[in-house]
Amino acid sequence: MSRERIDPLLGLLRDPSAAARFQLADWDALIRSARRANLLPRVALDLDERGLTGLVPEAPRAHLEAARVLAAAQAAAVRREVAFIDRALADRGVPIVLLKGAAYLIAGLSAARGRMFSDVDILVPAETLADIEAKLMLHGWASAKTSAYDQRYYRRWMHELPPLKHHTRQTVLDVHHAILPTAARLKPDSAKLLAAAFPVPGEPRLRVLAPVDMVLHSATHLFCNEDVGNSLRDLVDLDSLLRELAVRQGFWEILAGRAAELDLARPLYYALRYARGVLDTPVPDTAIRAADAGRPPPWLRGLMDGLFLRTLHPRHADRALTSLARLSLYVRAHWLRMPPLLLAQHLAVKAFRREESVG
Amino acid sequence: MIVADLARPVLARRLRDEGLRVRTGPVVNRIQSRLPRVAQGIALHYAEYPVEEADGFADFHVNIVTPRGVRRWARPQVHFQFDGMRAFLPLPADQAFAMLEWGLNWCVSANCHQYLIVHAAAVERSGLAALLPGPPGSGKSTLCAALVNRGWRLLSDELALLDFASGFVVPLPRPVSLKNESIAVIRRFAADAVIGPIVQDTVKGSVAHMRAPPDSVQRAGQPARARWIVLPRYESGVGARLSPLGKARAFMCLADQAFNYDVHGRRGFEFLGDVVGGCDCFEFDYADLDAAVGAFDRLSRP
Repeated sequence: MSRERIDPLLGLLRDPSAAARFQLADWDALIRSARRANLLPRVALDLDERGLTGLVPEAPRAHLEAARVLAAAQAAAVRREVAFIDRALADRGVPIVLLKGAAYLIAGLSAARGRMFSDVDILVPAETLADIEAKLMLHGWASAKTSAYDQRYYRRWMHELPPLKHHTRQTVLDVHHAILPTAARLKPDSAKLLAAAFPVPGEPRLRVLAPVDMVLHSATHLFCNEDVGNSLRDLVDLDSLLRELAVRQGFWEILAGRAAELDLARPLYYALRYARGVLDTPVPDTAIRAADAGRPPPWLRGLMDGLFLRTLHPRHADRALTSLARLSLYVRAHWLRMPPLLLAQHLAVKAFRREESVG
Repeated sequence: MIVADLARPVLARRLRDEGLRVRTGPVVNRIQSRLPRVAQGIALHYAEYPVEEADGFADFHVNIVTPRGVRRWARPQVHFQFDGMRAFLPLPADQAFAMLEWGLNWCVSANCHQYLIVHAAAVERSGLAALLPGPPGSGKSTLCAALVNRGWRLLSDELALLDFASGFVVPLPRPVSLKNESIAVIRRFAADAVIGPIVQDTVKGSVAHMRAPPDSVQRAGQPARARWIVLPRYESGVGARLSPLGKARAFMCLADQAFNYDVHGRRGFEFLGDVVGGCDCFEFDYADLDAAVGAFDRLSRP
């Protein structure tokens, strides 16, 4: 993969000591692109950790300070929210598996450092969904999507309930029964994920995915999600998880096998390729070779390199080709998530609705 | 260099091309726009503001743009872009300058969490500041406009920035936003006040901006200690009546009007407690602006 002149944000994510060489114009570009990628608090804490904050000129430093405050507030809010969810579902007797940001935070992983959150995600067995939704409603959560189409779309085709919003706190909770939509081409088995989940010290009812599964879910999220604007943040999640979890005994040996078992060989291939290529994540060659089972045909890989590297690259953020790449990935994500007829129908409804809201 | 040093064609070209870097209090805004209305608004309202160098650091990169397509001709609209992304729903094109003002407020309130940011006007005299928190309709902007036309210094019309380290109010003097009847009221009250064109039918009704007094802009680097908290309430029939307000209620009002009280957690609670503790707190019913200014003057010269 070719690299252009190093962008300040990518440079700093790879190696925070790059900050020592920054000119004021680099700080200007950095603050802007980090803020846009939801990575400003992460950058602030990376610099703090290396004792480099003193190098930052005063004007950009104020933004780092603001971001640090915001991230601390968000982390506290997510902890509080998880405690509320835990309490609401306590007498269900079903362990609650936290996903993504909330899981990283509660498990004390470095991927949570300075991470921005928009909601809390949990995974529960499909057969308990109705019961869990009822319990949550008793405790003040209600469906945030009110149109009949949305309700049907989520309940029939998606891997989660329509997002639930708490009526006083206004927080959003996504209750998943799988990590990919029911209609998606790849079919990771939720029962396997739930069975392998890890306990969280000090939290009797909470679980997080097993380390390999956590990495695979992060990879899936990055490469099958339509939320293309957060791609770099997702890749940073993956980078942190790999750096921290891969030191465990046997991690790399079982990763590719587990990916095959969960039908996630392709997302894993892309995840390792781009994490290593974009963020210099240390991935052993043996692991790359093992993940080769998920390698796409060369024409597809070339296309994906073009699309992903463009959307991941902060420097390209506001160019026309990037919009096209983002749109392509958005459509691709939907393509992976549902069969063609359903996709056509869904995009038509969304397009039609946008017209309505503008008119 | 200040904005007034740029000839009008130079100003328009800079807005169109590399952007105009205007300092407002602690922040530098890089403003881009091809719209003549934006250039006119900036020439009128920002004449005295410092222009920063192109190779420096800008806190906020904003752009007021006209979308492509048929909307350009039929009911034209404008977008506010922040860091290259659209931040709000579009507005009718005649509201372009008002949108810039609202957008610049949003940049600060959504990002500057190094401060406790209260939705309040703030004015200063003899180094001491009065905070005028107020939900829309309380008359805070009208009162603020009146005060700054009679010797008080404008610290801010919309966003009072409270600095954690010093406890001081950091000035962010910007045009004062007047709505509906207030526009004519201030015209009558202060014949010298420079007020821009009235824009009809915004979400806030009719809106016009009053230029910040040049002295307030020149002294934007001088913070002031909060000394009074005054909750204004426009009440027809009364002249101007200050009545003491309990500190707990003043605290709750400021917390309620703060944009980022929740972000600061315990530190915000304790800090706001200190700020309120150091202030005399009042409710202020007023209808007559001369009487209102008189009451504030007595407050500052006990």
